[in-house]
Amino acid sequence: MTELISSGLIRGLGIGSTYALLAVGFVIIYRATGVINFAQPALMILGAYFTSVFATSVGVPFPLAVLAAMAVLAVIGLATERVALRPMVGKQPFAAAMVTVGVFIVLFVVAHRLIGAQVRTVGDPWGLERASLFGVSVAQVDLAKIVISLFAIAIVGLFLTRSRLGLAMRATSMDQEVALAQGVNVGRIFGLAWAISAALAALAGMLIGTAAGGFEAVVALVALKALPVIIVGGLDSIKGAVYAGLFIGVAEALTRTYQPQYAAWLGANFDVVVPYVIMIIVLVFRPYGLFGTREVERV
Amino acid sequence: MSLQVDGAARGGADVPSGGGGGGDGARRRPRSRVRGRPQLYTSYAADQAIWNTPAKRAWTLALVAAVLVLPFLLSRDLTSLLTTVFIFAIGGIGLNLITGYAGQVSLGHAFFMGLGAYTAAVFGGESTDRVVGLGLDMAIWLPLAGIVPAVVGLVVAPLAARVRGLYLAILTLGLVFIGEHVFKEARSITGGAGVGRAPAEPVLFGVDLSGRYHLFGYILSREDVFYFVCFAIFLVMAIAARNLTRSKLGRAFAAVRDRDVAAAVMGVSLRRTKTLAFTISSFYAGIAGALLVLVIGRVTPTSWNLFLSIDFLAVILIGGIATISGSILGAMFVVLMPRLVSELADVVPFISTSPGTGVFSVFQLQTMLFGALIVLFLVLEPRGLYGLWVRARNYWKAWPFSH
Repeated sequence: MTELISSGLIRGLGIGSTYALLAVGFVIIYRATGVINFAQPALMILGAYFTSVFATSVGVPFPLAVLAAMAVLAVIGLATERVALRPMVGKQPFAAAMVTVGVFIVLFVVAHRLIGAQVRTVGDPWGLERASLFGVSVAQVDLAKIVISLFAIAIVGLFLTRSRLGLAMRATSMDQEVALAQGVNVGRIFGLAWAISAALAALAGMLIGTAAGGFEAVVALVALKALPVIIVGGLDSIKGAVYAGLFIGVAEALTRTYQPQYAAWLGANFDVVVPYVIMIIVLVFRPYGLFGTREVERV
Repeated sequence: MSLQVDGAARGGADVPSGGGGGGDGARRRPRSRVRGRPQLYTSYAADQAIWNTPAKRAWTLALVAAVLVLPFLLSRDLTSLLTTVFIFAIGGIGLNLITGYAGQVSLGHAFFMGLGAYTAAVFGGESTDRVVGLGLDMAIWLPLAGIVPAVVGLVVAPLAARVRGLYLAILTLGLVFIGEHVFKEARSITGGAGVGRAPAEPVLFGVDLSGRYHLFGYILSREDVFYFVCFAIFLVMAIAARNLTRSKLGRAFAAVRDRDVAAAVMGVSLRRTKTLAFTISSFYAGIAGALLVLVIGRVTPTSWNLFLSIDFLAVILIGGIATISGSILGAMFVVLMPRLVSELADVVPFISTSPGTGVFSVFQLQTMLFGALIVLFLVLEPRGLYGLWVRARNYWKAWPFSH
């Protein structure tokens, strides 16, 4: 029972909330520009790198280091949108998505060069400490992941629903031309979407980088698991991203805990592919995910 | 898409080719082609022909001749590199059929290539105590290396046909990750992670292709023999693909790509078209994968990863979406560019040959160039290298009149 809660549920919710954070980043860009941002993994690992630099090399207090890394990544996101994505406005979404694949490769190589061969740590305060939750010993870092991710997503949600700029973003995602006609600077909204998304990626990168033993550049590929999350939740639904993220995280953690014992024939490290398996099963039954908007086709 | 391009080329080309004698020829002998007026077509077949102008025919012949002579002039590693170009072209054509022509974005190409490679290894490889192998002839395992991935593609296709656009891209991305896991675990077929297995034996109709042969007093090395075999396979598959795109099915592909609802209204079966696109593309991928391991040698199951898929996306995005010749140009570019960069490394100071020193290492620079070029081409010339070629051709056709 203890194992079920600490290494199954809590650990799963920890990973899952990180996925949800990344997925919300995907959804924000998708809703604003209709593009899936394949560069998100590279942005995430750069976020982990900058947190690590600010916290361990420069020596800034950890929370400040995280905020600084998020700010740096927001600027990188803004620049990427302006340089690579803005010229693609009005082109096919496929072409724009392929542009982000190109951006991913470039940024990924940059991250490789910056991080180098050695393993870095983000300098987080949690380490391997454990806390007691209703009498069950759980890792502090898992709790931190859940609290920080959900807090960040809540802030983004409040921003989208309560602020004028958030209203403009939602208007843009509904209809760009009408938003333009109402005086919304649509170009600036695109930039803002990328900045928010990149900052969230940086935060997620920090949380992923807290893994015991630190992180290296290839950890970036973990962020790709947010793709099955957004598919399961539905490409344009923030609510779906959160639910699907938590669900997939728990499923992955439970597989990791129990699969070697009960279903060893599935092979070592089967938990890594669990998100993709869930995605395929969901797509069989619901081609637009659980919460996604069905595209209306008019002849 | 390519049709429009050709149309534009034709329109601009009437200026310099105003031969007066052509008209007489047409009156005397009504033929499908009129000498001296290469742009005048009197039959649909002539208009749709692959080699629809004399210039194209001449240049294709010259190119084939050059390709046949090249291995006698080049060193063995360069010959090997050109063989890789042919193989990448086969794979690129396969991806272009589904992504370029049928408009279904696939990131799962690497998975189908791996499937082809392991099918070939099982049917054509040697059996050891670790891995199974039947040791059959290449005439059997090469078609099978295409057919097995095609069948798997056929099985996956109904699911893929249900989802659209970027949903499909992510679905096929999942295929790559699941495939990688399966390849790692199926040790008796793939050799397992970190170990891998030897590729199939290249014995075609009883002739061992890995031996040396004497031809007209010239010694054909293993690389040369393999070069010619791959070129022959490539030629057959490229022409088959070009013909496919001119057929009813090819037009159905384009209709589905341009607007699937409109295509369905016109009576094109979406499910059938998408399934066929998936199956045919997987066939090409399987053949490419089987041949690729023959050139590379032993590979581990993790080689069939997302980055290989991205390489092939680079082939078609840099080469040219929805053109067969573009796929070939793209394959040349993607395979030869890394070599060029590593040659340049000796000359240009900021490229270092070892990682960790200098600004970027050779490998990092190669990878980065890919990414940057994908972005640049999509932003500046979406038709890729093929588009650049069309621009250059039109410029010279109309020279010295720029419009």
